[in-house]
Amino acid sequence: MSGHDSKYFSTTKKGEIPELKEELNSQYKDKRKDAVKKVIAAMTVGKDVSSLFTDVVNCMQTENLELKKLVYLYLINYAKSQPDLAILAVNTFVKDSQDPNPLIRALAVRTMGCIRVDKITEYLCDPLQRCLKDDDPYVRKTASICVAKLYDINAELVEDRGFLESLKDLISDNNPMVVANAVAALAEIQENSNRPIFEITGHTLSKLLTALNECTEWGQVFILDALSKYKAADAREAENIVERVTPRLQHANCAVVLSAVKMILQQMELITSTDVVRNLCKKMAPPLVTLLSAEPEIQYVALRNINLIVQRRPTILAHEIKVFFCKYNDPIYVKMEKLEIMIKLASDRNIDQVLLEFKEYATEVDVDFVRKAVRAIGRCAIKLERAAERCISVLLELIKIKVNYVVQEAIIVIKDIFRRYPNTYESIIATLCESLDTLDEPEAKASMIWIIGEYAERIDNADELLESFLESFPEEPAQVQLQLLTATVKLFLKKPTEGPQQMIQVVLNNATVETDNPDLRDRAYIYWRLLSTDPEAAKDVVLAEKPVISDDSNQLDSSLLDELLANIATLSSVYHKPPEAFVTRVKTTAQRTEEEDYPDGSETGNSESPAYGADTGASPPTSSSSVPYAASRQPAPAAAAPAPAPAPAAPVPDLLGDLIGLDNSAIVPVDQPTEPAGPPLPVLLPAATGQGLQISAQLTRRDGQIFYSMSFENNSQIPLDGFMIQFNKNSFGLAAAGPLQVPQLQPGTSARTLLPMVLFQNIAPGPPNTLLQVAVKNSQQPVWYFNDKISLLVLFSEDGRMERGNFLETWRSIPDSNEVSKDFPGIVVNSVESTLDRLAASNMFFIAKRKHANQDVLYISAKIPRGIPFLIELTTVIGIPGVKCAVKTPSPEMAPLFFEGIENLLMG
Amino acid sequence: MPVAASAIYFLNLRGDVLINRLYRDDVGGNMVDAFRTHIMQTKELGTCPVRQIGGCSFFYMRISNVYIVIVVSSNANVACAFKFVVEAVALFKSYFGGAFDEDAIRNNFVLIYELLDEIMDFGYPQNLSPEILKLYITQEGVRSPFSSKPTDKPVPNATLQVTGAVGWRREGLNYKKNEVFLDIVESVNLLMSSKGSVLRCDVTGKILMKCFLSGMPDLKLGLNDKIGLEKESQLKSRPTKSGKTIELDDVTFHQCVNLTRFNSEKTVSFVPPDGEFELMKYRITEGVNLPFRVLPTIKELGRTRMEVNVKVKSVFGAKMFALGVVIKIPVPKQTAKTSFQVTSGRAKYNAAIDCLVWKIRKFPGQTEPTMSAEVELISTMTEKKSWTRPPIQMEFQVPMFTASGLRVRFLKVWEKSGYNTVEWVRYITKAGSYEIRC
Repeated sequence: MSGHDSKYFSTTKKGEIPELKEELNSQYKDKRKDAVKKVIAAMTVGKDVSSLFTDVVNCMQTENLELKKLVYLYLINYAKSQPDLAILAVNTFVKDSQDPNPLIRALAVRTMGCIRVDKITEYLCDPLQRCLKDDDPYVRKTASICVAKLYDINAELVEDRGFLESLKDLISDNNPMVVANAVAALAEIQENSNRPIFEITGHTLSKLLTALNECTEWGQVFILDALSKYKAADAREAENIVERVTPRLQHANCAVVLSAVKMILQQMELITSTDVVRNLCKKMAPPLVTLLSAEPEIQYVALRNINLIVQRRPTILAHEIKVFFCKYNDPIYVKMEKLEIMIKLASDRNIDQVLLEFKEYATEVDVDFVRKAVRAIGRCAIKLERAAERCISVLLELIKIKVNYVVQEAIIVIKDIFRRYPNTYESIIATLCESLDTLDEPEAKASMIWIIGEYAERIDNADELLESFLESFPEEPAQVQLQLLTATVKLFLKKPTEGPQQMIQVVLNNATVETDNPDLRDRAYIYWRLLSTDPEAAKDVVLAEKPVISDDSNQLDSSLLDELLANIATLSSVYHKPPEAFVTRVKTTAQRTEEEDYPDGSETGNSESPAYGADTGASPPTSSSSVPYAASRQPAPAAAAPAPAPAPAAPVPDLLGDLIGLDNSAIVPVDQPTEPAGPPLPVLLPAATGQGLQISAQLTRRDGQIFYSMSFENNSQIPLDGFMIQFNKNSFGLAAAGPLQVPQLQPGTSARTLLPMVLFQNIAPGPPNTLLQVAVKNSQQPVWYFNDKISLLVLFSEDGRMERGNFLETWRSIPDSNEVSKDFPGIVVNSVESTLDRLAASNMFFIAKRKHANQDVLYISAKIPRGIPFLIELTTVIGIPGVKCAVKTPSPEMAPLFFEGIENLLMG
Repeated sequence: MPVAASAIYFLNLRGDVLINRLYRDDVGGNMVDAFRTHIMQTKELGTCPVRQIGGCSFFYMRISNVYIVIVVSSNANVACAFKFVVEAVALFKSYFGGAFDEDAIRNNFVLIYELLDEIMDFGYPQNLSPEILKLYITQEGVRSPFSSKPTDKPVPNATLQVTGAVGWRREGLNYKKNEVFLDIVESVNLLMSSKGSVLRCDVTGKILMKCFLSGMPDLKLGLNDKIGLEKESQLKSRPTKSGKTIELDDVTFHQCVNLTRFNSEKTVSFVPPDGEFELMKYRITEGVNLPFRVLPTIKELGRTRMEVNVKVKSVFGAKMFALGVVIKIPVPKQTAKTSFQVTSGRAKYNAAIDCLVWKIRKFPGQTEPTMSAEVELISTMTEKKSWTRPPIQMEFQVPMFTASGLRVRFLKVWEKSGYNTVEWVRYITKAGSYEIRC
């Protein structure tokens, strides 16, 4: 039976508000009720009815529950804009919270929590306190959530009034829905607090797992999500937990299934038995597949999550590729995600079937989908070497259909295939060249030009082909211009005849004098200079062999993947971004703890993902700068370009000065990096893992002695004492020289200490590494383990300075095979002096300096205990990024450690 | 965080707000404008159901002529949010008797506001069982015995039942005649290549139940699935009776089914909600009996003529028959004229969907009617791209047939008063997405 509320939306011609006002004050109940409905209707369509506040609130004192609810709804919407008047409602609220009817008690508390007006909040506390201990579970479950609401408005108030304790008591409530809501509220409060409030112990865990059986479906989600943060102590506990969670996989609610999958995946990391893991994988597959028969929007969420899951556990769905075949009527966003997963699951075993599917999709109507299907064929070719030939023949068949965008997309992927399998499939170039004049998209053009340039010696009319592009050079997009430039240079180097020579002049002229694009100009000048000084060197640089590229379909960084898997079913797992990347709301915490695992790197990793969010169909951003060759599309790191280091636009004056008449003022000054000002110690044990204990530490050197500088912070609620420390075997035999001296730590306090260290106590065998494993215990908590890194720099002793003669002698006495060098392209030395000062502070001593062309070469010496010298040569151009560091030492196996240390030092 | 929503909006196709409810303070009241300008008014609509605009994320679904939009600003549980919307719509439908569209929302907005207040608190979904909510949310949208007087006191115990362990069934039900109706409804999904090989094929089935049972009965359902039978014979240490058994790939259950017990004993035991509900869903990929085979031959004769021959074979028992069989054969847009010959049913050309539509109302088993059609095309020079053939699609219903072979072996009802129950079982198989490429 349908209602007839729509009449409330119709308006009279007369002034609406005065009329409503009159009706609200009518003496007849029914008229008042109708009037309130009209007010709500007006509010819904966006009319401002806040001026009726007093009149509506006057209707609040009523026995009629329906009317009361409407008035409350009005209050939630307008109380904020009328805080002074809102206070009028308080009395009724307080009265209602003691009503004999539990529905009214709950309604009052629920509504009060939604009114974010300070004055009302004050009055909320007493009713809330009562309701948390109400006899009726419906009231308690409502009050539990209300605590989270209040915390959001005024966290201090919640803590002062002891609501957190009451909430924790409710975890043991005999009503499952109360338990579930209390868990949800606590989990949310914990997320917004930096203090440990809701810690899941083994005991709570087991209690909550039992409650799971009786909860509503949503309650199960709350509990599973809260428990997924629990770290099991060992494999056995993990197996136990998993066993109790797996029945949830059969639930009809997709949110329950995904939360159960999340929890199982988390615990699986700890499970060592391969049988158990295999069995779990087998159990998870069917429910995941079943999610694909839900509503398309839910399918989309499931697919984005499956994409993550198969990256970590490919076996789960290895045999289920067929379920990802696209149906003709699937929405486009479902098709795109299915395609992405099909690529991930493609293997030598199923590739024939998969290719048939891709070929089918490539003839569909939706252009974005067709393009992605073509690209998918290319990605499979790159991923599966044995199938590459079949993939190429499918691509050729598609090219023959002569659908413009299919051809262009095919050419783009074929270029990648050429990079992946050089000198294998070039026979098809002739077929590609036939489609040359139909290309109108920059990326396809650039790819084709790259192919022509790269294989100029095999294409008889390469010069004609390139020449046809030259006429329109100034109008082409930057991407195409850069490719034309490089391809022409390649052509010239391969066929240095008259035709190409003329072409190169046209191109270089176009790309230098005629252009405003600095990337293009810089590249052109570099080629020009190379060609005019030493054509042979130019050949070595431009025609150098390129490293083989690899497939990008599993490209999420492992630590990012970990974080995303811990966030299954949430937005984070749909966006494939860590929550910090899109949640703007600031936490109340002062310190960052766990998030520090993913500083900046994760975000970049993510934006490169072609599968990202809604942009699935679109191309990833093209980086026209700094990367010669059409590498922007290439899956592999494109740094392999043969042209000189991926250079920012600062030209080198004495190299190019004669060509372009630049003076030194054109050098782009790079900001002086600021001297590090005693950085705080890095956090090694975050409070979240240490049950409230946070440990920060770092090795330092003072007065010729190594210390372990440590800081302890007690965020738990109990005093901690009896601290002890132990170091595991390590490459340098670092160990504590005395007992750890930390006073008793009261909750909320911290202490710092310097622990003297000795060397060569307990040396770990094998090649040296920087790992330092530390165990810390106290009388109240279990033993905490964490890892630190040993910086070689702290080992450099004060007696490392050498005389010049001595230095030379030692240099000669060490065989050349002991010399190791490394480039740091990202480091800039802006001042020799400050660099030397910084080195000296770490006991690396300056010996001599010489100039080589425009480069400065510095010689430095250092020594680690047991008299092992390090002779160091730093080569750089002041102010230009790029430092080459060579080191000669009797222990070359230490070189990687040394490079790591010096890189950190020079980065400042 | 299991929060599902900070705000929920119901919009019509023009983007007017029909209903909105803010649950949290972290999204602005005007965020819906962003949705309107950045999604509804662009061609982005329909490209992705989860979108970020500014600091907020939007999840949206279209249901008939209404967009339901959820706005959040935290790392919300998207799966939870979408499922909430699906369940909420089911709840509204149950309240206003079927339809859910713009008119239904306008006509019941007071009720919807009241329900929205009840089913979600601070963004956390609460109890959404229609059965229980109808105990105490009784707007005039629904004719209920409790809404006779406006000041009516809610049923005693309502609150206990909302929050109880059996939050889906109310106590004290009494029927003169205790009856249970079981409907096994299967959808066959098929994707067949043009060469006749099965690319993918599965059956998704559901068991719908209608219960009119007194008191608090415990039910136990037995199917002919392999694992359940094996477990049963293990427990009773006697060999299984011979007969066809089937292997279920996956099953999911209504929240009333005891999952832990299913996991250990493989029995489906539950206390059912009153009235109609979906007890379980299952999926089968092995040993599917396809009810129909479609054998198309489509010849393009030059640029202006096509010849279409389709033979459809029914492969179920000769005594059974299918109802409402529709076969849609796509033809190019520039179709000008068609002529048909059919051995059964009727065929015509439907220009709106560019298909030849062949309908057979009653289709007996073990028969193979054919259709042959000639299609004349307008020759166009501009159509450079060759015609890409969408798949042939088929619709049908076959009563008393299960593509999976699933059978109900028993349904035991136990209640402390020990009454007798009458059980009714029906089977039907429908076409899901039944596609044959050509």
